[in-house]
Amino acid sequence: MPGQEIPAESRVNYLNASYGVKSWLLTTDHKRIALLYLGSITLMFFVGGFFAVMMRLHLIEPQGALVAPETYNKLFTMHGVIMVFFFLVPSIPATLGNFLVPMMIGARDLAFPRLNLLSWYIYIIGAAFTLYAVISGGVDTGWTFYTPYSSTFSHTSVIPTALGVFITGFSSILTGLNFVVTIHKMRAPGLTWFRLPLFIWAMYATSIIFILGTPVIAITLFLLGLERLLHIGIFDPAIGGDPILFQHMFWFYSHPAVYIMILPGMGVMSELITCFSRKRIFGYTFVAFSSLAIAIISFLVWGHHMFVTGQSIYAGLIFSVLSFLVAIPSAVKVFNWTATLYKGSISYDAPMLYALGFIGLFTMGGLTGLFLASLATDVHLSGTYFIVAHFHYIMVGGAVMAYLGGIHFWWPKITGRMYPDGWARFAALVIFVGFNLTFFPQFVLGYLGMPRRYAVYPGEFQVLNVMSSAGASILGIGYLIPLIYLLWSIRYGPIAGPNPWGAKGLEWETPSPPPTENFEEIPVVTQDAYDYANVGGSRV
Amino acid sequence: MSEVPVSEMAMHGAHPPGFKHQFEDMEQQREAGSLGMWVFLVTEIMFFGGLFATYIIYRTLYLTAFEEGSRLLNVKFGAANTAVLIGSSLTMALAIHAAQAGKKKSEQVMYLVLTMILGALFLFLKFNYEWRADYHEHLIPGFGFIIRPEWGAAGTHVPLYFCFYFFMTGLHAMHMIIGFGILGTLTVMAQRNRFNSEYYAPLEVSGLYWHFVDIVWIFLFPLLYLIGGRFALPGVH
Amino acid sequence: MSGHVVPVKTYLGIFVALLALTALTTGVAFVDFGELHTGIGLVDVIPLNTVVALTIALVKMLLVILFFMHVKYSSGLTKIVVMTGFLFLAILVSFTLADELTRGWSPEAGGWNTALPAILPLIRGLC
Repeated sequence: MPGQEIPAESRVNYLNASYGVKSWLLTTDHKRIALLYLGSITLMFFVGGFFAVMMRLHLIEPQGALVAPETYNKLFTMHGVIMVFFFLVPSIPATLGNFLVPMMIGARDLAFPRLNLLSWYIYIIGAAFTLYAVISGGVDTGWTFYTPYSSTFSHTSVIPTALGVFITGFSSILTGLNFVVTIHKMRAPGLTWFRLPLFIWAMYATSIIFILGTPVIAITLFLLGLERLLHIGIFDPAIGGDPILFQHMFWFYSHPAVYIMILPGMGVMSELITCFSRKRIFGYTFVAFSSLAIAIISFLVWGHHMFVTGQSIYAGLIFSVLSFLVAIPSAVKVFNWTATLYKGSISYDAPMLYALGFIGLFTMGGLTGLFLASLATDVHLSGTYFIVAHFHYIMVGGAVMAYLGGIHFWWPKITGRMYPDGWARFAALVIFVGFNLTFFPQFVLGYLGMPRRYAVYPGEFQVLNVMSSAGASILGIGYLIPLIYLLWSIRYGPIAGPNPWGAKGLEWETPSPPPTENFEEIPVVTQDAYDYANVGGSRV
Repeated sequence: MSEVPVSEMAMHGAHPPGFKHQFEDMEQQREAGSLGMWVFLVTEIMFFGGLFATYIIYRTLYLTAFEEGSRLLNVKFGAANTAVLIGSSLTMALAIHAAQAGKKKSEQVMYLVLTMILGALFLFLKFNYEWRADYHEHLIPGFGFIIRPEWGAAGTHVPLYFCFYFFMTGLHAMHMIIGFGILGTLTVMAQRNRFNSEYYAPLEVSGLYWHFVDIVWIFLFPLLYLIGGRFALPGVH
Repeated sequence: MSGHVVPVKTYLGIFVALLALTALTTGVAFVDFGELHTGIGLVDVIPLNTVVALTIALVKMLLVILFFMHVKYSSGLTKIVVMTGFLFLAILVSFTLADELTRGWSPEAGGWNTALPAILPLIRGLC
């Protein structure tokens, strides 16, 4: 009958269009590939998290409570390698990006669906090599693989790990390539660049970094592997090699990589803040261009990781100035989100709680970065827990919160189900509290001089360390709660309609879950993004 | 005139064979494919570029050692190989042209096979003559490298030059071998009449890759073989 | 890829030019062009053979890019994509070189003006 809602179970959508393992493992549907990534990335998150738990348990005692120092070195290395390369870098792009990019631009799929599937398999193979390294005794070089320790002196599984990261890099490259071509060539009629959701701008900027940066770390790790294998190579001081050159090549990618980790989160933020303030974004053009500015300037600042390595002080000066510069577009975004909130009609659903948490925590993380960009203060803070706190505020307080916010926001679209609202908000608060208890003490510890990557510490730092470990346990519980209720909701959650949040965007104009081809007819776009009824400020 | 059988066109309705349904039309597909390959080549510029960057830096720091090493390379083979690769780029361009201009499949196949032959010749000259000689002269780091007294003080850094020589030409050769596989696939496709003036995107896109590999060698040749102050020594070969 | 068909004659012409340039670059490698002395800091002595060889390589590359790879007939987007790749490679090389070549300039601890002897010639050279 006309007007009667077809129950989700009986309507054909991308989840039930075909059954069986083969239909998933050989899919070219971007939405299914997003879910394949979601599963693998979640697994890697908990593996990396396991290492974090071990570290925080160990650090309850000044002389170390759990493991030998050599093992501790492996713990922080594996934690870093897995969290950076196998969780944070792919997280939002490979899950939310893969799912949403075609839908948000009104396309049926990405430009190269088979490359998309290939990118997932490449990720899996890379992860397998790295997990093999974990099982075969771990790596102890730090996720930064600094030479000559990694090339010559370490007796751990450096080559499998480096190989795993090298391989996974190609997964990123293919994802970025796919996004750039799709966004350029496959936008729906009427969807001009300045009508795009800011999430797309963020994905585009992230993809630029994928494309330009990842190959450099690929060749660097490749050379590292060769040197370890042949016992001679271009970073070998015996033949004139310069270990600092390794650092230059490593950080040329790894600094832009941290923007790979935060830019997608910023894209999610623009979607969440606008929807839950029911307002247009303040300063659309500024936010869009700031994503590009961050991507470009991020390639000019890598030396700020090397201020105390013996790098030329003149190069240090240049990198320092540019590092201050790169903070500006991030600040622009924070101002614009805050201005969007102003006089907005705010609702505190779980995604919004994550978004609000992001604003505060990312700001703290970003501001503390300025102390590190300043040469003089960086000398004191380098190699201490201040750095650890700084990047965890951004990566965890920022990126992971945005990731969770995005997952919660688009969950009904992805699964056709809603999760229990009360548990979701509770988990967000537990995570917020646990996070701050874990990492705020680390700012103090770093300022007081506690070095990072040390298995033991002076007794006077114990109280702060215990606080941090207590916070970590709360944070760990906080992360487990969504795992449980989200999985529960797939089967038992209430059925979600096409647009449970009343959000603007092409993805919300499809059924939940969407059909395999996304749109029956390719939509024609006539409105700007975030065209919420609440006017609150014109488009800038 | 296109040799695509009429029934195949009829089967696909408005869209020609090779059309991928995530696209709106063949034009969009072609543009996407081309842009995709260019974006990939940018990643290759950065991949090889990382090696070039480190090479430039060490060359600036250890000029004497690098010049010593460079003089030991065989310029005749290097130059010959450069000409061979340039020839293969020509034949690749002509293969694409053959499809574009609606020429018979045999012409397309001929040019593709010629490209492969020239590529194979390049690899043969490199591996069989240059690398084999280098091995016998103990110039491969990690495989019995011997530092020669005539290099003097710069001797300790000469292995560094040869690390670059083998890494860079090795990586380049690896890309050529991959290109081989691509060319082989294209030859089979061409033999099966897949390409015509309407649809030749795989050729065009693979051509871009092959030309890129040629360009890498266009820079490798002077950087490795020629910037060595070759005029300075008697008995230069 | 605009579907533009480049005539065979053009391809052959470019081919001949590339071969000629290869012969040229090989030949002039055996000729000593000497050095250029500028007296300015980092670029004090420029070996001209290097400049010549790299310039010829650049020209060869441009011929391949513009004609064999059809960039001359391609959209603005393609051109920007190509230039972006080279630009970021240049950033990698230049900033890293800036470190490697200026490490020896580091002033001893004692104040900013101890760096003056190193900086002054550079400033003078620029003026």
